[in-house]
Amino acid sequence: MIIELAFYLFSAVLIAAAAGVVFAKNPVHSVLLLILCFFNAAGLMLLLGAEFLALIMVIVYVGAVAVLFLFVVMMLDVNFEQLRKGFTKFLPFGLGVGGVLLAQLIFVFSNWPAMIVSPRQPMPDPTQVTNTEALGRILYTDYFYIFQISGIILLVAMIGAIVLTQRTRGGVLRQNIAQQTQRTREETVEMVNVAVGAGIEIPGDAK
Amino acid sequence: MENFYETYAVPGFWMLLGVLAVTIVVLICVAYITYAERKVMGAMQLRQGPSTVGPFGLLQPFADGLKLMMKENIVPTGADRFVYYLAPALTFVFALVAWAVIPFDSKLVLANINVGVLYLFAISSLGVYGIILAGWAPNSRYAFLGGLRSAAQMVSYEVSLGLVIVCVLLCTGTLNLVELVEAPRPFWQWILLFPMLVVFFISALAETNRAPFDLPEGESEIVGGYNVEYGAFAFALFFIGEYANMMLLSGMTVILFLGGWLPPFGMDFAPFTWIPGPVWFLLKIAVVLFCFVWARATMPRYRYDQLMRLGWKIFLPFSLVYVVFVAGVLLATNSLPGQ
Repeated sequence: MIIELAFYLFSAVLIAAAAGVVFAKNPVHSVLLLILCFFNAAGLMLLLGAEFLALIMVIVYVGAVAVLFLFVVMMLDVNFEQLRKGFTKFLPFGLGVGGVLLAQLIFVFSNWPAMIVSPRQPMPDPTQVTNTEALGRILYTDYFYIFQISGIILLVAMIGAIVLTQRTRGGVLRQNIAQQTQRTREETVEMVNVAVGAGIEIPGDAK
Repeated sequence: MENFYETYAVPGFWMLLGVLAVTIVVLICVAYITYAERKVMGAMQLRQGPSTVGPFGLLQPFADGLKLMMKENIVPTGADRFVYYLAPALTFVFALVAWAVIPFDSKLVLANINVGVLYLFAISSLGVYGIILAGWAPNSRYAFLGGLRSAAQMVSYEVSLGLVIVCVLLCTGTLNLVELVEAPRPFWQWILLFPMLVVFFISALAETNRAPFDLPEGESEIVGGYNVEYGAFAFALFFIGEYANMMLLSGMTVILFLGGWLPPFGMDFAPFTWIPGPVWFLLKIAVVLFCFVWARATMPRYRYDQLMRLGWKIFLPFSLVYVVFVAGVLLATNSLPGQ
């Protein structure tokens, strides 16, 4: 009974928050509601017994992705008037995309029992292995190459992002710590006996 | 109805009692961490520290708390009121909910879940929200700068923190915190993981915004950082949250690297085994917390680019290489868990 209650609670809050993401006037509130969505989705996964996926979802989406969203949204000064103007312009396009998605969902659910493909191998018994172990066994055996390839794709994307944002600017004082720590006393300090009234020439200062 | 009473009401009641007990213990510990910090810093700087309220100043934390509760709460005019109040509440709640999975002894744990390590990691990565929202909500420039600094810092150090945890998991082969503490580890593995203990501790300093990484509240540059617009009890919630987070990360250090509630250095014989587990656990936490205070009294504050360099260019590659190294050593000596 509690499980059903929890399911309806999580799904109701999830749907309400998802609607809120779209309708909220303030983009920061939108991101906060999106975070609420992620939490409730994680809750639904917990109810299914997928504890590993639920927590990874919280770590990756809430702990990292949404922080960056929030970061960007706070830094950008979004102009609401301009956004409203674009609304009617993009409405037909948005409706089209929404319509296609809706048609697909209707198609899937109207043929629901027939659409279930039997899995390649039976699922491991959840009472015997934890689902972390079950996932690991599948990812690192049957789907090893696919898993590695997706990792490589992410690596390439990461390097691409670094290359795109890397630029060298002139006139910036950079601290080179290796250089600093390698300096010896002889290179930096020199004891000079200065005769009164004579003065000295500072080595690095000569123009 | 009978069924409801036995399956939900009775366990629910006991769970509520457990939650209350853990919360009260953590909050009292937090109160005395602030006292201990001021006393230890005082001793290190040849001062007295709190000495007036109660014997040896022992009632000082409660006097401070009472003072903050009595004060008037002032909300800035341009603030987003809902988010303004949400931020300190989030900080406080996230600092407390993580204690649900911390084992004080092999049986003494509120929720002994299979993915305890992931849960802790998830909760500690959520702490950033309280701070980033506190920076944004009051519509103040200094607070915003503090919030941004803090968010960037916490996200950066989380990465190496995660890799350090992976090293420990490679040695123990479980995500369950109780099993992780009790997993048999030969002596050389403690030595093998020692460099990771150092990295973890320094990352924990950065993750909790403590000196020498306390730039988010660098008072000489940005007044008071993210909590500059908060007063009265909202400020107290941030304060408690910060110290509870310190205690939590000390607890994680103890569980991952220092053997949890077991007697230290593998001394599981007569006089040491008489001392109950929770006492050992809290003593070890106190030792790590002392190091937090020690670092604060000793180190000057980092500059922002130095902080980022340390996180991304030193700790991240080092811990990444170390994960491979630990895996290699375990494979070579044939001591991977679960074989």
